[in-house]
Amino acid sequence: MYETWPAPLPEGGTSEEMALVFKATGGNRLLVLPPLFEEANRLRRQLRAVMRLLSLRGIASVLPDLPGCNESLAPLGQQTLAGWRTAAEVAVGHFGATHVLAVRTGAAIAPAELPGWLYAPQAPARALTSLARAQSLSEAETGVGRQPAEVIADAREHGGIVAGWTMSGEMVRELEQSTGVQTGDLVVVDHEEIGGSPLWLRAEIGEDADQAQALADLLARELAR
Amino acid sequence: MAETATAEPTGPSRSAIDATLRAILSDVLALDAERVESFDGDTGLFGHLPELDSMAVATLLTEMEDRLHIIIEDDDVDGEMLETYGGLLAFAEAKTIEG
Repeated sequence: MYETWPAPLPEGGTSEEMALVFKATGGNRLLVLPPLFEEANRLRRQLRAVMRLLSLRGIASVLPDLPGCNESLAPLGQQTLAGWRTAAEVAVGHFGATHVLAVRTGAAIAPAELPGWLYAPQAPARALTSLARAQSLSEAETGVGRQPAEVIADAREHGGIVAGWTMSGEMVRELEQSTGVQTGDLVVVDHEEIGGSPLWLRAEIGEDADQAQALADLLARELAR
Repeated sequence: MAETATAEPTGPSRSAIDATLRAILSDVLALDAERVESFDGDTGLFGHLPELDSMAVATLLTEMEDRLHIIIEDDDVDGEMLETYGGLLAFAEAKTIEG
């Protein structure tokens, strides 16, 4: 179920990271890239449910921790978007991934060489805006508030904590500049195809069996073509 | 205000904005449609609903931009606009007309 893998770090060297692995008999192996930051927490259980359903259909999958994410011991504040992109590419080789499923802002680090899907992709700059707004609102509650633009400006210059997420200045600059979604040859799956209330919007972590089934069905159907 | 109520050819109607806003609140707060349907102008939001913390409000604002095709400036966000459903709806309507 859990394996470790040597994830490359931006400054060189590697970090031993965990990966959630579902084995299966078929030849396809899906690399699952969750959203970045806040939405990763909101979707982790759901993505695990999708992976389990895929394994029952003979499709193996792997969800690797990237340095600084989930159970990683690497400092989040030293990571960069480019570093995560490199780590995702290394994960492809390490786990022998044949396809990729990148979810929401995970689209920004999807390896270019694999076929696959972008599920409800979101530009990282939008996610940064949301986090900066949350930071601004929580500061306003204590009486000394910065506007979201100031939160981003401060973090861009010195690095900082934005809505509980530690970011390097480099990371903030990369997120800000990622205003669009590069689809490449990947197929975009709109949430309308899955249906139901998007779990990444929910304040509380949720799970939805119908949505998990719908996404697993869609992926299995496409892989069988 | 009759003009805005029938302004469908040039922009979404008041009822469409109202429906979109309720749908977003339902998604963000994980409340069923009936509960959100029962919100009236005076229903308290930020500071009144425990589920609606700062992260949830931020998610709400960003989703409003995406679904209502509006841009919310930093200066727009204040306690008044977020305090009640009526305040949020009035803000969304004003932004939609402006946009």
